[in-house]
Amino acid sequence: MNFLQQALAYLFTAENWHGKAGLGARIAEHLQYTGVAVGVSALIAIPIGLAIGHTGRGSFFIVTAVNGLRALPTLGVLLLGVLLWGLGLLPPTVALTLLAVPPLLAGTYAGIANVDPMITDAARSMGMTERRVLTRVEIPLAMPLILGGLRTATLQVVATATIAAYASLGGLGRYLIDGIKVRQFALALVGALLVTALALVIDGLLAVAVWASVPGSGRMRRRLPQPLLDDEARLDAAGSAGLEAAGTRRIT
Amino acid sequence: MHYLLNHLDTAWDLTLIHLRLSLIPVLLGLLIAVPAGALLWRRTALRRLSTVLAGIIFTIPSLALFVVLPLIIPTRILDEANVIVALTLYTTALLVRAVPEALDAVPPPVRDAATAVGYTRIGQLLRVELPLSVPILVAGVRVVAVTNISMVAVGSVIGIGGLGTWFTEGYQADKSDQIVAGIMVIFILALIVDMLILLGGRLITPWARAGAAG
Repeated sequence: MNFLQQALAYLFTAENWHGKAGLGARIAEHLQYTGVAVGVSALIAIPIGLAIGHTGRGSFFIVTAVNGLRALPTLGVLLLGVLLWGLGLLPPTVALTLLAVPPLLAGTYAGIANVDPMITDAARSMGMTERRVLTRVEIPLAMPLILGGLRTATLQVVATATIAAYASLGGLGRYLIDGIKVRQFALALVGALLVTALALVIDGLLAVAVWASVPGSGRMRRRLPQPLLDDEARLDAAGSAGLEAAGTRRIT
Repeated sequence: MHYLLNHLDTAWDLTLIHLRLSLIPVLLGLLIAVPAGALLWRRTALRRLSTVLAGIIFTIPSLALFVVLPLIIPTRILDEANVIVALTLYTTALLVRAVPEALDAVPPPVRDAATAVGYTRIGQLLRVELPLSVPILVAGVRVVAVTNISMVAVGSVIGIGGLGTWFTEGYQADKSDQIVAGIMVIFILALIVDMLILLGGRLITPWARAGAAG
């Protein structure tokens, strides 16, 4: 039997799905790590992105933070965290949160900063307060890019949460990393196939959310933001070319 | 810090391996994606198909792909070739969507002017449209290069070489200074590569700066 057949046989055996170390429990753990990390990073990144995107002040901070955090190796942060704070949920949560912040920050900031200033000026001239301009005009218009950032962040975290297993935690990485360690490649393949399936399903759901969030009838025409490419590329565009433009716009 | 200063030789060797594993795929990806993207540009159905396909490839987690690839192509498990092929796939998947989009962004008056002065379609693509799309491509290449550097580091949990081995070794030997040294080197490496690509992009598009100044 080759590895693939063995892996599929493992996947289609009911008892492998039950119990504390079963596939079901591992998937639940994987989703838990992902959910907590994405949730925490959303709580950090979205308010900062909204504030800086709305005021136009501190755009330089966004570009620096995004580029710097993106360069930070997640595995190093995780393992250092384990040596410093001991085993537990804290190290993977910190490491994966730092991984999820850049796309969320970039998406939120780019979404708000790219709203046409004519539209926000029109909202102001109708008598909207700054808070209402942000919540009723800018956030709805920025929603596809904000959710696009969330999509990229979730995708990266789901894929990287496998390394939690290296720090003696659970999740689908158990199969992948243990399988390689004990040279049972079929087991590693079980992990690889399940992580891939999980990533595809979650990414598909978030893609639908991005599509549904396009305001007005735009979702029928406009092309939708692509993961990783758009939020980051637009950030670069906003960071270099748009920076001064955004600055002058805000003054008027 | 001490660890890094005491192991500069090893750091250099690992950096070279790390760069080889993460940047060769960027070059290969560019070599594939630029012609492919230019060919797909005016072909709506093919372009849509490639976008979907690229999206799926991009969604496959890297660690999973490192493990699955030996089943699909004739390489051994834990072979360096798997990493190069896998990261080339990601790079191509990302850039093959970026190239047609960058070409879309060329302003129509520029296109018309190029046609008016007598460029052939292929000449216009090579001499006018592709050069003008460089800034958008550079943004994509920067993302890909930095992402690849961190993916290679993560690969050390399944035995892939490079600077990530300082993480796994340091963890097993309970040496936090080795991990800190690894984080520093990778962090600086990623920032330098990012900066070099940015500068390289500016260097080959001198007109962009002239436009901004004037």
